[in-house]
Amino acid sequence: MTAPQRTTAIAAACLAVSMSACVLLLRNIDRIRPRATIEDALYISSPKMVKRASLGFDGLMACIYWTRTVQYFGHRHFDNARTYNELAPLLEITTTLDPHLVPAYEFGASFLAPKPPGGAGEPERAIRLMKYGIEHNPDNWHLYYDLGFVYYMELKDYPSAAAVFESGSKVPDAHPFMKIMAAQMAAHAGDFSTARMLWSATYESSKESIIRQNALEHLRALKVDEDVTNLEAAVADFAAREGNPPVSMSELVMAEHLPGFPVDPDGNPYQLTLDGQIQVWNPDDFPFITKGTPPGYNPPPPKFHTQN
Amino acid sequence: MNTMAAIEILGLEKTYMVGFWRKRPKRALQPLHLTVEEGEIFGFLGPNGAGKTTTLKMLMGLVFPTAGTARILGREWTDPEIKAQIGFLPEQPYFYDYLTAHELLDYYGQLSGVPAKDRNRRVEEVLQRVGLTDIKGVQLRKFSKGMLQRAGIAQAILHNPKLVFFDEPMSGLDPLGRREVRDLMEQLKQEGKTVFFSTHILSDAEALCDRVAIIHQGELRGVGAVEDLTSSVQGKVEVIWQGTQIPASMKALGAECHVTGDTVRAVLPENQQDAAIDALRRERIRLIAITPLRTSLEAYFVEKLQTSSSETLAASTAGKTLGTAV
Amino acid sequence: MSPRIVYIAFNTFREAVRDRVLYNLIAFALLLSGAAIFVGQISIDIERLVVVNLGLTAVSLFGIVIAIFIGIGLVSKEIDKRTLYTVLSRPVRRWEFIVGKFLGLAGTLVVNTFFMAIGVFGALLYVAHKFSKPDALILVALYFIVLEFLIICSLALLFSSFSSPLLSAVFAFSLFVIGSFADDLRGFATLTHGITRWVATAAAYLVPNFSALNVISAAAHQQPMGSHLILQNTLYALFYTVMALSGAVLIFERRNLK
Repeated sequence: MTAPQRTTAIAAACLAVSMSACVLLLRNIDRIRPRATIEDALYISSPKMVKRASLGFDGLMACIYWTRTVQYFGHRHFDNARTYNELAPLLEITTTLDPHLVPAYEFGASFLAPKPPGGAGEPERAIRLMKYGIEHNPDNWHLYYDLGFVYYMELKDYPSAAAVFESGSKVPDAHPFMKIMAAQMAAHAGDFSTARMLWSATYESSKESIIRQNALEHLRALKVDEDVTNLEAAVADFAAREGNPPVSMSELVMAEHLPGFPVDPDGNPYQLTLDGQIQVWNPDDFPFITKGTPPGYNPPPPKFHTQN
Repeated sequence: MNTMAAIEILGLEKTYMVGFWRKRPKRALQPLHLTVEEGEIFGFLGPNGAGKTTTLKMLMGLVFPTAGTARILGREWTDPEIKAQIGFLPEQPYFYDYLTAHELLDYYGQLSGVPAKDRNRRVEEVLQRVGLTDIKGVQLRKFSKGMLQRAGIAQAILHNPKLVFFDEPMSGLDPLGRREVRDLMEQLKQEGKTVFFSTHILSDAEALCDRVAIIHQGELRGVGAVEDLTSSVQGKVEVIWQGTQIPASMKALGAECHVTGDTVRAVLPENQQDAAIDALRRERIRLIAITPLRTSLEAYFVEKLQTSSSETLAASTAGKTLGTAV
Repeated sequence: MSPRIVYIAFNTFREAVRDRVLYNLIAFALLLSGAAIFVGQISIDIERLVVVNLGLTAVSLFGIVIAIFIGIGLVSKEIDKRTLYTVLSRPVRRWEFIVGKFLGLAGTLVVNTFFMAIGVFGALLYVAHKFSKPDALILVALYFIVLEFLIICSLALLFSSFSSPLLSAVFAFSLFVIGSFADDLRGFATLTHGITRWVATAAAYLVPNFSALNVISAAAHQQPMGSHLILQNTLYALFYTVMALSGAVLIFERRNLK
């Protein structure tokens, strides 16, 4: 081999080896590094400061912050976190940089308002975010939906929710169900059917995978709550007639002429306890349920059981 | 007796692809075969753009040949170690202008592997030799063209190489400078070094070289010792006669005649000499002198260039029609 | 290992110095003293934070600019000015030339950073009136900045070996910006699918990871750095540099010099 050929061979080998080494080291470094990026990212937590620091490249920075927001939530959710303290600032920065980044508002509605560990537990900030979004995107009927959703679900402020849905239905090209929802809210606030309509609408209209999964879990929980409510009413009926609660589920089924042996959405039978309480077979499978849990039950952070 | 050739060029060839979108091949150098013996001063002659610099750059490893190899001082020309034995002066050299002459030569000495203990002495010696001692502490950006050329020569011989390549060494020098460079090259030969230099100034080549090669449009047109080449071209004689009359028969012999004052000077081929004398006697014209003229290298050079280019022209017209022929 | 590389490195350093590159230290000193005095007057309890952040950011940015502006010309200038001919006619291998140039530029930046570090610590002393133990983290941040310089120098040299100075500057600067967002690029890659994912992931790993090396705010907040992390980052920077230099050597070995 001549000298130049030898040099070429060595240089090529160095290139290949160092490239592989770089990739391996990077993966390693990622594992070791503290999840410092987000805290670093929020070193400037004032949205106005971030806007100034972006030197006019607001759009790009908004995209970067939005990516970070989704990653932040996704990682923490996967790690069974109980708090999401940085979610509000991240969303606020993203929407300050780009008020027309609509997916951010939807995300806020689903995850900013609910109480931990399902969300960040900041409904007031969520309301402010939605109103800001509506101000900057007055032709987007879906933002009204998001705002109404927060009023209904988290604040249980049914009159405000109905008013918002009414306004939203007046936006040109609004989906017909906005009017239906407004009416529903006025008449049947607090009903299972209303909640079911809302969550179904969220599931149908969202493109964000994690939001759809969240909606699905809520629908499952609704079903359980509804079932348990009905079963409890049946138990109360039985007790009123017979003077004491039923001793077994079969007895209840036969006496109250229930359509079939009651099972939860996973196919597991509901339990009747000795003192007449209805309980779910495995409460951990149903995050967000408010009924059918044993006394003193502490729900773990929500895990989504469905794919997409 | 060591008969190793200093340089053996074995078919070195260079074709460039020119053009922006569709690249067409352009041949800068046809396959070249040339040998340079040790201890001689060899001239590489040709007009600008003939391929002289391309050849030199290939030998230096600055440009990669399309085909062919070479051996320098008996080793493959790609061997980096022979560079310690050769010196190179590029055409119109430009050096690190933030360095002084002394620093530059010291740096080059380091790169050439001159041992530290000898380096300073050698640098001083070579600065003296090229006449730059007085300004060795001046930054090169303040040097004139002539001074830069001297610095260039200095760096080429600093490490005492066996073989030296000069590309247009006289360019930018005044007559005194050129004389000095010629003397230096003679000295190098005395020291047993081989000198290979390219130039388009033929008088220098004629004065210095043992052998020359002539190259034109990338093609080698002639190689040999200077005397052999010049004598192979037909000799001419100069005939001077009284008066301003030019006999018709003289013109018929192919004489070039010039009238100067009251004499005529004619140059014609050697073999027409007797016929010319007869012509003058017939006309009763008084002959003043007949002198044989040794044909200069220039004549040989021009002839070689013209012959070959007319051959090339003939070849190219064979296939296609040119516009208005000149 | 031949000493030629050292000679070339030293000459590159000498060229930078005579090119008055070190005068940037004057601008740096003015900037930092001004900031220190300004902040000392306001006294809003974050003087330390401002001095460390501003100082280290200035060290980083000044150095990147110098690295790019000198680096892009390292090879192309020598070819254009034809100073390379007389160098390569000597027993200097082309790869030695590249490595020597790199070491010279890197050395220039290390010297520059050394003086700047003195400036930063001086300014810190002025506003905080004493040093505390966590200030040693500033040294770690400076070390990481030097690692960044190594990477940028090698990239500038890589581009210089085949491209004009203007294009090289554009490429090098772009890679610096993208590399600062390397974390986000990798995050973005995980959100894509199919071929885009392959391309994005490959790009995300090839781009120099400056976000991992930028520990300025961590040093300002006195957050400690694990030694394991320091070692891995050092190795990463070294391998990345070797990668870029290997590329430069491969390209330069083949180049016909006009």
